[in-house]
Amino acid sequence: MAAGLAVSIRGLTHRYAGQGAEEHALDDVALSIDRGVITGLAGPDGAGKTTLMRLMAGLLKPVSGEIEVLGLDPLRAASELHLRVGYMPQKFGLYEDLTVMENLVLYADLRGVTGAARQAQFERLLDFTDLHRFTGRLAGKLSGGMKQKLGLACTLVGQPELLLLDEPGVGVDPISRRELWRMVQALAAEGMAVVWATAYLEEAERCDALCLMNAGRVIFAGPPGEQIARMRGRSVLACDIRGNRRHFLRRALGLPGVIDGVIQGDAVRLVLAEGQAPPMAELGEDAPRIVPVEPRLEDAFIDLVGGGPDGRSALAGTLAEVALPAHIDPEAVIRAHDLTRRFGDFVATDHVSFSVRRGEIFGLLGPNGAGKSTTFRMMCGLLAPTSGEAQVMGIDLKHSAPAARQKLGYMAQKFSLYGNLGVERNLRFFAGIYGLSGRSRDRKVAQMLESFELDHYRGTQAAELPLGFKQRLSLACALMHEPPLLFLDEPTSGVDPVTRREFWSHINALVDRGVTVMVTTHFMDEAEYCDRIGLVYRGRLIAVGPPDDLKRQVADAALPDPTFEDAFIRLIERDDAARAAAGGAP
Amino acid sequence: MTRTLHEGFSLRRLRALCIKETKQILRDPSSLLIAVVLPVVLLFIFGFGISLDTNRLSLGIVLEDQGAEAQRFAAVAAGSPYIHLRFARTRAELATPMAEGALRGLIVIPQDFGARLAAGDGSARIQVLTDGSEPNTANFVASYAQGLFESWLHARADARGVSADPPVSLEPRYWFNPSTESRNFLIPGSIAVVMTIIGALLTSLVVAREWERGTMEALLATPVRRGELLLSKALPYYGLGLIAMAVCVVIAVVLMHVPLRGSIAMLFVATSLFLGSALGLGLLLSTLTRNQFNAALAALNAAFLPAVMLSGLIFEISSMPAFVQAVTLIVPARYFVTVMQTLFQAGDIAAILLPNLLFLLVSALFWLGLTARRTRMRLDG
Repeated sequence: MAAGLAVSIRGLTHRYAGQGAEEHALDDVALSIDRGVITGLAGPDGAGKTTLMRLMAGLLKPVSGEIEVLGLDPLRAASELHLRVGYMPQKFGLYEDLTVMENLVLYADLRGVTGAARQAQFERLLDFTDLHRFTGRLAGKLSGGMKQKLGLACTLVGQPELLLLDEPGVGVDPISRRELWRMVQALAAEGMAVVWATAYLEEAERCDALCLMNAGRVIFAGPPGEQIARMRGRSVLACDIRGNRRHFLRRALGLPGVIDGVIQGDAVRLVLAEGQAPPMAELGEDAPRIVPVEPRLEDAFIDLVGGGPDGRSALAGTLAEVALPAHIDPEAVIRAHDLTRRFGDFVATDHVSFSVRRGEIFGLLGPNGAGKSTTFRMMCGLLAPTSGEAQVMGIDLKHSAPAARQKLGYMAQKFSLYGNLGVERNLRFFAGIYGLSGRSRDRKVAQMLESFELDHYRGTQAAELPLGFKQRLSLACALMHEPPLLFLDEPTSGVDPVTRREFWSHINALVDRGVTVMVTTHFMDEAEYCDRIGLVYRGRLIAVGPPDDLKRQVADAALPDPTFEDAFIRLIERDDAARAAAGGAP
Repeated sequence: MTRTLHEGFSLRRLRALCIKETKQILRDPSSLLIAVVLPVVLLFIFGFGISLDTNRLSLGIVLEDQGAEAQRFAAVAAGSPYIHLRFARTRAELATPMAEGALRGLIVIPQDFGARLAAGDGSARIQVLTDGSEPNTANFVASYAQGLFESWLHARADARGVSADPPVSLEPRYWFNPSTESRNFLIPGSIAVVMTIIGALLTSLVVAREWERGTMEALLATPVRRGELLLSKALPYYGLGLIAMAVCVVIAVVLMHVPLRGSIAMLFVATSLFLGSALGLGLLLSTLTRNQFNAALAALNAAFLPAVMLSGLIFEISSMPAFVQAVTLIVPARYFVTVMQTLFQAGDIAAILLPNLLFLLVSALFWLGLTARRTRMRLDG
């Protein structure tokens, strides 16, 4: 198949039923997608990626604009289009109660792939996805990574010319994600046009072509290298920081020449405004070494949307310092000892021990199903351990979980407030739950409205809030009772980089006041914010330490400066190898 | 490769989807539970647990008149095999058991009973008090007590040789169900309820499930046609309905000894037509709500409850208010209950079956047609 245009879109606007005339899911989008390359469709949740995918797959009727896919009108020629386009929706579209082979047969029948052609394609797809051994297994019993591969295989039956993948990396561990990436690269090399939607900008960076979206608009279309090149010289790393790196970050972000900054292990990574030299005069004393580093797509994204937040949190001024009672060891405000949890024969958490200092951010990181959520839930008293001990603030969670819960704030992964209550009502409700009443409640609610700048949205229903404000509200509700401990379950997955930075500036302010934070994440970026990381794999804690230490552990001649993702993958591979060598039970 | 495969309806795609649907049914324990275990349980409840027969009713009799005539009437009443009598002198004594439901009714013999009888002017009366919260029983008690009284009056007049009344005695005979066993009409009717559960409740889940699990989006991105999609949802559940019907008929005839006088062919036609309505309604709700919970609740209200309450199975339609009677006209179960009761108790009576089957046919076409119209092959609208 010759290279050429696969998709051409002009002036495409879409609005869902129920959206006002001023709101758009997509706003005047123009885009061309070539054959033979992987086009990354990148942007935060709500940017319009899925809507654009569905429009290309002929599953939605656009409000206005033109769209041509493989020379066809996606609506009028829907059934021909569906033969030539493979579309994998976010949940992979698999029937979990059918086996791997039954899923493949179903999609082959639906796309008219029969006889010898079917046998040949199945053979190839099973080789490709390495699912030969599992053809008889129910799709629901596959791991996340294998489900995703099967989803891809089902989409590829019938040899589509255009492959649309909607966030194929979500919920899949980095190892499976790398494998999938290699497969898709091979397909593109054969001439297939591939569109890969993702909220991870580091994933988009690897694509041949990029369409960067934000709030329904395309903010950049072209090769990702162009954006990286544009930022060259503006991304710097401040190393050997003296004093607290969180304070350093806040000060740096306050400077007019710095548009963005994040903590990266022991160092702080900054993005400078156009034409700015590193502000050695202001920062040099605390960071003697500020060196240029390779820019990332995220730097360009932040630049395109006009810079990140200034790093200040209004929360900082209103919080009291957390005072620990004398009998509690400040080195172990959270403590797990030989913590084990079984579900039947399955050991979800296997003799895990760690402790967390006062004012520390401790991250639990691991692939899906590794047991990090189980461990996390035991630590906040939502799940009883089978054996071992879990303590927070000296309280044993096995015996007095309610007393312990009063000591901790919990922010769930999904937005878990009452969507049809107003902002102020949500705050009042949570204040009530934590035992505040009368004047102290009024005072606390007023303070939260002010600290999180929610005053303007006081009466707005929580479900209607912009994403960033939803996050602030969730955090405000979790902090209502001024807990000394804060538990965050994947707090910013799918959230845009600006909102994510703002969220972490609040967390940093809390930590400054002595709040101890425990967080689960599979976001490598988020892991960098942590003081220490516990890497969970197959129920066991396989490595604990500061992010930079973990990186150093895996560095070698071939990879002198590994990223955190590299560290993650290598540590897991080492653990697998060690198990294999020991001939241990699976 | 030829690219003309996408044109028109494809039997291969339909077959593939039906196989998929059938496997899902077989592998989902809950659908088998609803299709096989539930019918059995329901039939046994209707067959043995519920009885609308009124033998051995407990009644009270209040003898405000203690005269000889009153005593004589009470003695006759006490001799009836259908009632168990409790005697009292004042109403107050029996007010409590009446309120507790221990007594189903009171027969009051007023103070002037003897005197009026003696006067011979036909003004002697008894009063019957019944529990209006159970209308079926209340009606029965009222008419039974009245009948008892009237036959006693006749017997008394006969004995005195002053019979002025025509010597006609009424003896009711119940055709088609000679022993008036309620089981014989409850079981065929309750099969209609079972069919409603399978047709409407179970199918209300299937389209919504595909939406919830995200498989619908993947399905719509294949060349599948609207007709194929709909038929693939309807046919396996139609098959399941026929199997459940067979199970029900075997249980009814073999285990419960309910006579089946109609033909199997007619039973098949009627079941098919009724399943058409029920499947259509279930699929429509599933398609509209795209949410299993909402769809199931809607199906409960739109199909299951009317099948129990408005079909004439338990409550007589002719004794409902006119407005409610009008509503029952659009309840398919109403026609199916009639058809089933006729098939079981009377046989293939064309005069009764044809109009009812015609209604079922119209209803099936209506619901299936509406579902087809509301099935979208895109995510919007």
